[in-house]
Amino acid sequence: MTIAASPSDVLTAVVDDVPEGHRSLLQRALIFCRRQPLGTFGLVLVVVMAVAGLGAEWIAPYSPTANDFSVMTEPPSWAHWLGTDQFGRDLLSRIIYGARTALIVGFSCAIIASVGGMVLGVGSAYFGGRLDLYLQAVLDVVMAFPLIIMALAVVAIFGTGVHNVIVAITIPLIPRCARVLRSSALSIREVPYIDAARACGFGHRRIILRHMVPNVMAPFLILLTAFVGQAILAEASLSYLGLGVQEPVPAWGLMLQGGAEEYASTAPWIAIFPGLAIALTVFGFSLFGDALRDALDPKMRDR
Amino acid sequence: MYRYIVKRILLVIPTLVGAAALVFLLMRLIPGDICVVRLGSGGGTFDARAVATCHAQLGLDSPVFLQFVDFVWGFFRGDFGTSMWSGKPVAHEIAARFPISLEICIMAVVISNIIAIPLGTISALKQDRPIDFVIRTISIAGLATPSFWLGILLILAILDISQAVFGTPWMPPIDYVPIWQDPLRNLSMAIWPALTVGYRTSAVTMRMTRSAMLEVLREDYIRTARAKGLIEKVIVNRHALKNALLPVVTLIGIEAAFLMGGLVVTEQVFNLNGIGRLFVQSVQNQDYTMTQALVMLVVAVFVLTNTVVDLIYAWLDPRIRYT
Repeated sequence: MTIAASPSDVLTAVVDDVPEGHRSLLQRALIFCRRQPLGTFGLVLVVVMAVAGLGAEWIAPYSPTANDFSVMTEPPSWAHWLGTDQFGRDLLSRIIYGARTALIVGFSCAIIASVGGMVLGVGSAYFGGRLDLYLQAVLDVVMAFPLIIMALAVVAIFGTGVHNVIVAITIPLIPRCARVLRSSALSIREVPYIDAARACGFGHRRIILRHMVPNVMAPFLILLTAFVGQAILAEASLSYLGLGVQEPVPAWGLMLQGGAEEYASTAPWIAIFPGLAIALTVFGFSLFGDALRDALDPKMRDR
Repeated sequence: MYRYIVKRILLVIPTLVGAAALVFLLMRLIPGDICVVRLGSGGGTFDARAVATCHAQLGLDSPVFLQFVDFVWGFFRGDFGTSMWSGKPVAHEIAARFPISLEICIMAVVISNIIAIPLGTISALKQDRPIDFVIRTISIAGLATPSFWLGILLILAILDISQAVFGTPWMPPIDYVPIWQDPLRNLSMAIWPALTVGYRTSAVTMRMTRSAMLEVLREDYIRTARAKGLIEKVIVNRHALKNALLPVVTLIGIEAAFLMGGLVVTEQVFNLNGIGRLFVQSVQNQDYTMTQALVMLVVAVFVLTNTVVDLIYAWLDPRIRYT
């Protein structure tokens, strides 16, 4: 009996010995990493992107807007790891700063949309009656607009720029969240402890905040993660079309618009790297979101 | 059955009227006067008479309710007014660009199903094996990849490969020729955007096929079929796939949304003059009549597609009527 256990086995054994209810956040995180390798990989991508976005000033080797006309459309080299664009700007630095824009737009849209959706969804389910009926009718109409079409219509009205893009992407996301959370909240409303809370004479606010909202947290978090990826993708599409974030703000979609096609054959790195950044980030959020869903909502597994 | 059909069709009316009201409202949310914004956007000067003419042209001088009735009635007659940018009838401009978008849509749906259904089935049959992981990764990657980037990469690949094979770089044609006039030229233009949009759309279908297949494979009648000694091919094709594909039908509605979103960007990449490009141009040019008509058109197509899908589903699966 002298089989040496690898460190990960020891860790697994330690983690498994702790009863479910007494696990610390770190232990839960370790269990998540072990059971969801793909999700962990997604999380790593997300963390890398977040670190790049938050610490852009310290990480980026050059300024994202500094032109250096002596090194236009230079291929990747030691001085410029990912090469330079047609204005001699360092691509790596622009991608790192672009992460910040993507992060701001992605999280702003996702948080506002899912909180808004939660208020509408849970409120609609809790109060029911006419309010529920009318609200659902309105949300159904908004749902009839495909995301990018609605976003473009909103941009047509309010114009371009970071703030307007956030509004444009948030609006179509709200009903998508409200619908899912309403159906979760509806089933919770019928549970005896809600009746008990009502019988105790608790007010609407206390019942909603203390009894209903915590119970829709699982779908809420899953949707929130999915929305970040969707919002980043939508922002990139809008910026690519010239209807999103505007120069000189560094944004991935914008980098692909500015001449990526013209230089496709002579300087393919201009087209490849920003797109790769978008794809990897959204991919990371999707993998992490899927794993989160499996971990939080066992009923939805294998779907 | 008839009651369900009638009910489902009647449900379209309030949705479309609601959508029309929303589009109508949105276009009146534009800060300031549409005509002043539009006339002033060029930087030139304009007088009050020009604004008044513009108002009369757009019908903005009549009461709001009448404007709305006019808008809805015009939509039913196929009269969307005149474009504020080109001055031509909106319906005319849309009709000219419709065929190319429709063709790409149809091709994309075909391509997406050719990719998605076999891969989704294999993924379910080999659940949790390496091949399943590979297919699921392909599927999630499809959702994560922006279609315009995929388009740019495709152009890059076409250029490089044609350069290597023929010695001169070749680009797909950008002007539309109907398929019955020059099928080869038509297909060599439409296949690339269709591939781009089709791959992205296939990601959704693949996931759905996989999960539906997994569910069906656990059913009792599959065990019975196995117990009877049927060969695996017959079980999969005749017993499992037939039933698993039922819920996949409902996806066509979601695919429609994906296709429209995909077309808006993909037509831009491939320089094709379709509906998606027209939409982007009308937003860029502040052509509000055109934007309004296109949004309404897209929503109408989307709502009608979903209605037809629901009806087909009810026809395929009799249980649905009782719910």
